Amino acid sequence: MSVTEQEGQITYKWTDFKSDQDVRWCPGCEDYAILKAFQTALAELDIPREKHVVVSGIGCSSRLPYYMSTYGFHGIHGRPIPIATGVKVANPDLVVWVITGDGDCLSIGGNHLIHVMRRNVDIKILLFDNRIYGLTKGQYSPTSDKGMVNRTAPMGTVEEPVEPVALALASGATFVARTDAAYLKHLIHLIVEAHKHKGTAFLHIYQNCYVYNDGVFDDFTQRDVRDDRNLVLEHGKPLIFGKNRDKGLRFKDGMVEIAEFEPADPPEDITIFDETNLSLAFALSKLYWPRFPVPMGVIRRVEQPSFEELIYGQIEKAKQKFSTDLNKLIYSGDVWEVK
Amino acid sequence: MAKKLESLDKVTVKFAGDSGDGVQVMGDQFGNATAVVGNDFATLPDYPAEIRAPQGTTYGVSSYQIQFAAYDVYTPGDIPDVLVAFNPAALKVNLTSLKPGGTIIANEDEFTEQNLRKAGFSSNPLEDDSLGSFRVYRVPITRLTIESLKDEPVGHKDKERCRNFFALGMMCWLFSRPLEPSIEFLKKRFATKVQVMEANTKALKAGYNICDTMEIFPIHYQLPPAKLEPGKYRNVNGAFASACGLVVASHKSGLPLIYSGYPITPASETLEVLAALKQYGAVTIQSEDEISAITMAIGAAYSGAIGVTGTSGPGLALKTEALNLAVMTELPLIVFDFQRSGPSTGMPTKTEQTDLLFALFGRPAESPVIILSPSSPADCFWISIEAVRLATKYMTPVIVLSEQFLVHSSEPWKLPDLDKIPPIEVNFRTDPKGFYPYMRDEKTLARPWVKLGTPGLEHTLGGLEKSNIQGTISYEPENHDLMNKLRAQKIQKVAQDIPDAQIMGPADADVVVVGWGGTYGHIKAAIEMANQDGMKVAMVHLRYLNPLQKNLGDLLRRFKKVLVPELNLGQLSYVLRAKYLIDAIGYNRITGRPFYVSELLNFIKDEYKSLRMH
Repeated sequence: MSVTEQEGQITYKWTDFKSDQDVRWCPGCEDYAILKAFQTALAELDIPREKHVVVSGIGCSSRLPYYMSTYGFHGIHGRPIPIATGVKVANPDLVVWVITGDGDCLSIGGNHLIHVMRRNVDIKILLFDNRIYGLTKGQYSPTSDKGMVNRTAPMGTVEEPVEPVALALASGATFVARTDAAYLKHLIHLIVEAHKHKGTAFLHIYQNCYVYNDGVFDDFTQRDVRDDRNLVLEHGKPLIFGKNRDKGLRFKDGMVEIAEFEPADPPEDITIFDETNLSLAFALSKLYWPRFPVPMGVIRRVEQPSFEELIYGQIEKAKQKFSTDLNKLIYSGDVWEVK
Repeated sequence: MAKKLESLDKVTVKFAGDSGDGVQVMGDQFGNATAVVGNDFATLPDYPAEIRAPQGTTYGVSSYQIQFAAYDVYTPGDIPDVLVAFNPAALKVNLTSLKPGGTIIANEDEFTEQNLRKAGFSSNPLEDDSLGSFRVYRVPITRLTIESLKDEPVGHKDKERCRNFFALGMMCWLFSRPLEPSIEFLKKRFATKVQVMEANTKALKAGYNICDTMEIFPIHYQLPPAKLEPGKYRNVNGAFASACGLVVASHKSGLPLIYSGYPITPASETLEVLAALKQYGAVTIQSEDEISAITMAIGAAYSGAIGVTGTSGPGLALKTEALNLAVMTELPLIVFDFQRSGPSTGMPTKTEQTDLLFALFGRPAESPVIILSPSSPADCFWISIEAVRLATKYMTPVIVLSEQFLVHSSEPWKLPDLDKIPPIEVNFRTDPKGFYPYMRDEKTLARPWVKLGTPGLEHTLGGLEKSNIQGTISYEPENHDLMNKLRAQKIQKVAQDIPDAQIMGPADADVVVVGWGGTYGHIKAAIEMANQDGMKVAMVHLRYLNPLQKNLGDLLRRFKKVLVPELNLGQLSYVLRAKYLIDAIGYNRITGRPFYVSELLNFIKDEYKSLRMH
């Protein structure tokens, strides 16, 4: 093992987070990129490996825990969030990650997403969104585009897709971010940011499935167009985008419009991004190419006490207020003696 | 004026009224007063499913039955000797199950034309001769309560609400019970509402005194104390006992307790009890659904805690996939099924024992789990501890089949010496040397349990089949066959770790009655009566349903007849027949209420007679 320990300092390399299992995703799948970004981020975090627990559901992405050298749990379809909640509540010292997909998290397990957000359990959710069911070979998912032709919708789907970021925000998320699997550095950065957040962190990752839904994000993620078609968010900075930094967003009277300007001279009414502004986050969550650039980065970040913090706070309070003598428990109520 | 005082040795009393009448509180307090005079007793509350059904309707009737005696009692009694009816509806629904010649005490103030019509009476039964076979006492309980409180500084409604304590005072006089426990209760309950406390206390005393001074009842009764084992006692219901057992098991094992549950009748009570025991470190989570409830518990178990979830039939159905995940990952998990009347929503507030076969077989694939079942409200305490012991020792899910009847029913509980309860030894694996996640203990076949966070033991569990010992994903045919057999053998090993089945009653009996769960008291009472009647009938009651005790087959084969009464269509009979090729004869009723001792006695008598005729 290449871990060096010096006076309590551990230095990991990303390879220290690889398991001895062969990775079995399709060659060229973007899941490989996310796996590497995740391992790199964990090495960067420098937390003892045994403190990490990676919990997944079912689907292509959910195989990930087997490829990690940390503790892992490959659960059942749709349920990684409550499993992770149980792990974290039972031992809040652990760093708990959820690996899930669009089917796992938004369809069969959709209910849990809502409730983990409003509880603010200190777990980090990485949603691999490829807008298709890959493991079951190509049925439409809850994020598939309306009209998409696939095996269960040969004439095109008739359902509107769900927008994961908007759903998370509506459920009370305290940390929401988005990126694309191809943006390796950005992804690593956001994983680290998610970890820093105390509470539920939701990271929406666009991920290409080249077998069943190839190129679905190409329009705005290809190297030559992404700067013009992504809006990279920075807290406290104006919403400016474009290769030449010559476009910006202006929110006015409940409407949003794109302003074009000379790069050196952005107008003053370009909206300043504030990661604590929920209305702005909602508005941004609904922006999508081609009408608008696709927002990337931290969309919302606010501080709130975490679920387990509140639970153990109440337990401490009860311990101070009431006797912890077990005999008092069974001797509560009316007790009488038979001689 | 001294009233005639007569001695009785056993009485069953039922209080019945609108669900807002305070019947349950009254019953609890009567139980406490009964405990203080040293009678043995058992209680059965009966709630309507409606929280506040329209007043005066038959479906809104709530009741509380208590049997108390100068000797051991095992059940809340079949049918009441005395019925206290707060309104016509309460009388209506209980008329068919009242002892002939029994006593009815009716609050005549509520027998108004409107209430009579709501209850479906065409004329007032207190005035026509339809109650001729009963002793009827018409008491203007509401009016007397308000009169007795005329100087109290509370509103008219509040005064009316004191009528349950007025009636309680009457009943305490009638059966010579002290008022002090109820006065103490009121002091605590209304500590911040002194006027309400004082009004209720005054009503309680007034009810008592009015019987002493007025000619309401010509006679009153006393019951000598029962000869209970010496010791300290409290009244306990199954919900409290189950929760207490979990807390004690958590302390005895040194493990954190995480209980996650989704509200469902009648499982919610246990979640509620535990939620109020935070000072003992109990963590409760009200989850968003049944599936998250069990998967949170699985996560907690993986983390290294006692993971528990509680539910009832409809919820257990939803939990099956996750139960299989716990079977596959071989994690200790405790699932309480507080059985209620089904299928589907069924009769949520009524009892039955219809989930045994579901617990045994109701999961896809080969999915063995340990199944335990408490016999009485107090036994719920011990079963909780046993569930934790076995789950952690064998690294397996345990289903506890409790019942609606046990949750709410109460009995005196001889309080155990907690220091004498042995510790639950849990040996977490900490040594990375030679560690594999599916290596097995020779004796138990359990795989090691690792507290997450332990360095050097990082591993991944999951629902995919694993290779034995190494625990890596495996599609190897022989391994899958082996793992299926190992999972089954592991559960069978538990039979070596539990006490043998015991025969109660005469050893030379030809007939044995086998039961499980909350029918224990009813069967025991019936057996005692049968033996008093000159029959020789023995009894075996099962607390371990999977695996069954290792001597059970041989033991049952000693009898000429094996009778199996159950509140289902013959689920244990099915198991005993399949497993031991025994001709189990069932007595099967699914009415939503516990057995009557009398019907069991008749069943035993009939079967006994036919045996003699052969």
